[in-house]
Amino acid sequence: MDKTIPAVIKKYNGDETRLMDILIDIQAELGYLSDATIARIAKTLNIPQVDVEQTVSFYHFFAREPRGRYTVYLNDSVVAQFHGRAAVVRAFEEAAGCAFGQVSPDGCIGLFDTACIGMSDQEPAALINDVVFTSLTPAWAREIVAGLRAGKTVAELQGDRLGDGQNAHPLVHAMVCNHIRRRGSMVFDDYQPGAALRRVVALSSSEVIAQVKAASVRGRGGAGFPTGMKWEFARKAPGDVKYIFCNADEGEPGTFKDRVILTELPQLVFEGMAIAGYAVGARQGILYIRNEYRYLRAYLEQVLSDMRANNLLGPLIVGQAGFNFEIKIQYGAGAYVCGEESALIESAEGKRGEPRDRPPFPVEKGYLQRPTVVNNVETLCSVVKVILNGPEWYNNLGTAESKGTKVLSVSGDCEWPGIYEVVWGFSVNDILKMVGARDVQAVQVGGPSGACIAPKEFNRILAYEDLATGGSLIIIGRQRDLLPEVVLNFARFFRDESCGSCVPCRALTGMAQIVLEKIIAGRGTPTDLDRLSAWSAIMKRNRCGLGQTALNPIVTTLKNFRGLYDQRIKAGDDRFEPAFDLAAAVRDYDRAVAGT
Amino acid sequence: MATFVKFTLDGKIYLSEDGAPLVEAARACGVFIPTLCNYTGIPPKGACRICTVLINGLPATACTTKVVEGLNVQTSTPELESFRQAIVEILFAEGNHLCPSCEKSGSCELQALAYRYRVTVPHFPYLFPRRDVEAWHPKLLKDHNRCIQCKRCIRGIRNPAGKALFAFGKRGDRVVINIDPVTSQNISDALAQQAMDICPVGAILRKGKGFDVPIGRRTYDRTPIGAELRS
Ligand SMILES: Cc1cc2nc3c(=O)[nH]c(=O)nc-3n(C[C@H](O)[C@H](O)[C@H](O)COP(=O)(O)O)c2cc1C
Ligand code: SF4
Ligand code: SF4
Ligand code: FES
Repeated sequence: MDKTIPAVIKKYNGDETRLMDILIDIQAELGYLSDATIARIAKTLNIPQVDVEQTVSFYHFFAREPRGRYTVYLNDSVVAQFHGRAAVVRAFEEAAGCAFGQVSPDGCIGLFDTACIGMSDQEPAALINDVVFTSLTPAWAREIVAGLRAGKTVAELQGDRLGDGQNAHPLVHAMVCNHIRRRGSMVFDDYQPGAALRRVVALSSSEVIAQVKAASVRGRGGAGFPTGMKWEFARKAPGDVKYIFCNADEGEPGTFKDRVILTELPQLVFEGMAIAGYAVGARQGILYIRNEYRYLRAYLEQVLSDMRANNLLGPLIVGQAGFNFEIKIQYGAGAYVCGEESALIESAEGKRGEPRDRPPFPVEKGYLQRPTVVNNVETLCSVVKVILNGPEWYNNLGTAESKGTKVLSVSGDCEWPGIYEVVWGFSVNDILKMVGARDVQAVQVGGPSGACIAPKEFNRILAYEDLATGGSLIIIGRQRDLLPEVVLNFARFFRDESCGSCVPCRALTGMAQIVLEKIIAGRGTPTDLDRLSAWSAIMKRNRCGLGQTALNPIVTTLKNFRGLYDQRIKAGDDRFEPAFDLAAAVRDYDRAVAGT
Repeated sequence: MATFVKFTLDGKIYLSEDGAPLVEAARACGVFIPTLCNYTGIPPKGACRICTVLINGLPATACTTKVVEGLNVQTSTPELESFRQAIVEILFAEGNHLCPSCEKSGSCELQALAYRYRVTVPHFPYLFPRRDVEAWHPKLLKDHNRCIQCKRCIRGIRNPAGKALFAFGKRGDRVVINIDPVTSQNISDALAQQAMDICPVGAILRKGKGFDVPIGRRTYDRTPIGAELRS
């Protein structure tokens, strides 16, 4: 402990904006961040302890207490539940001798829930000391715990299980599978690293932007903002230090396409960042990537250094004077809201991931108050292809307002979950057929923040002009009990992930969960349904997209599956107050008399 | 020299300094927009959302909006008023507010707004959270039950060395305001008073002082909040 803290802080030049890296590295060494550690970090950085604590306590993966020599973070998403998570939980708990949320008495195993880890096509999945375990079964869970107790390493327990493609690369060495079921003509197509960079230097920066605009590339991170316009704002913003961020936070439950793109085509993504740098006049790029994908770190670093060696990054890219661009990797530490671009920037500055109030937008004042572009992984890939094949080629793909292809993450109740690259304009029905889904009750489009749609809408198409989506589809079969198994899980997710800044988001996410639980327990009233609808209007006044969409799971199911709510509502008798829980009201009394 | 611009409040044209915060410009024009997380002189945060108005027809927080030429603001519609009432109610339901025993009663902005928006019957589930009272700091008492997480203390209070005394901890509905255990050991009476004053509710109290002004003669006992302004 004595040497670790000052050594790590020195590595980052005592720069408090690097607090995320400092905390990640120190926790990796010391296991957790104790009071004494926090005090020491604060003292060495010469900042108040509360300022260290505010960052530490914001992120799920920073531990203030020991979480076991081996820490199991088991995904608790809807899809994991569909695929047998409950039995895996029981097996882990019995074998470890402690419940989830606790550490086993011998300090060996800690069991913790975590939000979607981006493995929805191979659930139940867990992270154990940064190693991904997929398709877990109860038997295997018991074996893992016994193995760890017997002194085996996590790597030994993974054994020779390796996934396809680059997952088997020695530096990745993961059992994760890509499951690329359909390759489109844009992202998962042939690709020659560096070709686009060589082409780009023949153009001026404004010509590059003109091409991106001519192709009407729109952001793939969910909002669909025109990429060319974003770059132009940043290019025109005053200042000569600018930044390009690639957003690989991918926290929306059910989404995992960026993980697969970064596994198979990291050069393509980095090349897209360099092109953005060229167009905007930025010399530094930052890949902000979620902690759950830490197993890709050594591999991504290697790709970056290979690119430097091949003159595709660093000074004088492809020999062009003045074209200098570097990329560094910034890891997150477990917070969905950090996918929101201004929260991502705050986090990269070492702070809590609280979205900023806008204006100013990141293109004017972003990272370290400098003009900053934030783009999704897939957006950057499509730009490379626009440069290579021309805007016209791109415009020939897709629909009137949605050009190019979309990489979809498909999971849930279907035969072939995985990655599908399709041109925009496929209907939900088309996709259900493609993925082998039968007896479908509902489809969650765009993750919890999107919409839960019923079969009558399955003829709608995926496009910005109809069902806009960041690309995730969770298929919900007939056999699922929608309210407790899906809607409640999503409600809890938003409650856990709110940053806590806005009053409605902070309080109503939890209050909505309470009302929903009450309805599910058969104690709801018709007024409760009206309340939930009224609250969603209040939520629209929150600062960021998280709070604005947090009641969507409830609102969209109220609209599309009203019958499921009505069934559970006690109707009729006005004198009856179903909200009143007699057992809870007399619990204290019961307890008191039980002792007499 | 300041330049003046024309802007519209509820259909009437006014003059204001270019770039002035909208809440303050409106106040100067005699128009009340409720605020909670905002405090004159410190950077706005846009956290409580109660100051939401319509700017050119779209909702935006007035504390983070600056007046520019031609800005068209609607400060009050039935929806905005019921939204404001909801924010006040939510804050009561989210914490533990036992006004009669609070040193800030009568000078509390939350309580004053509750009177203004006639918060009577509950529309939100009361959470009755279990929260601490932190009394071990030499000069300050922090009653977490009453904190509305507005961050005014975080943004507004620094010790003479420029160090933060307050900071957020955790996230979501678990957020707390932490007081720095080192900095809090030697702060001046003046800073403690400043911290108490910056807090809109009774969550920060200065130790060893209290009830100087009897209940009934405090700020909003005399004039209800915003009563001097049109709304
Ligand atoms: C709560 C929340 C989470 C988000 N998560 C992501 C994410 O994981 N990845 C992403 O690319 N964009 C995410 N976004 C959208 C970003 O704010 C931003 O719009 C996007 O990164 C811009 O890139 P694009 O223009 O290339 O789509 C999120 C937005 C919100 C409100
Ligand atoms: S809407 Fe929620 S997550 Fe977004 S800034 Fe407000 S409190 Fe934070
Ligand atoms: S202590 Fe007071 S000023 Fe600080 S956040 Fe809480 S309510 Fe606001
Ligand atoms: S006063 Fe404007 S958001 Fe709180």
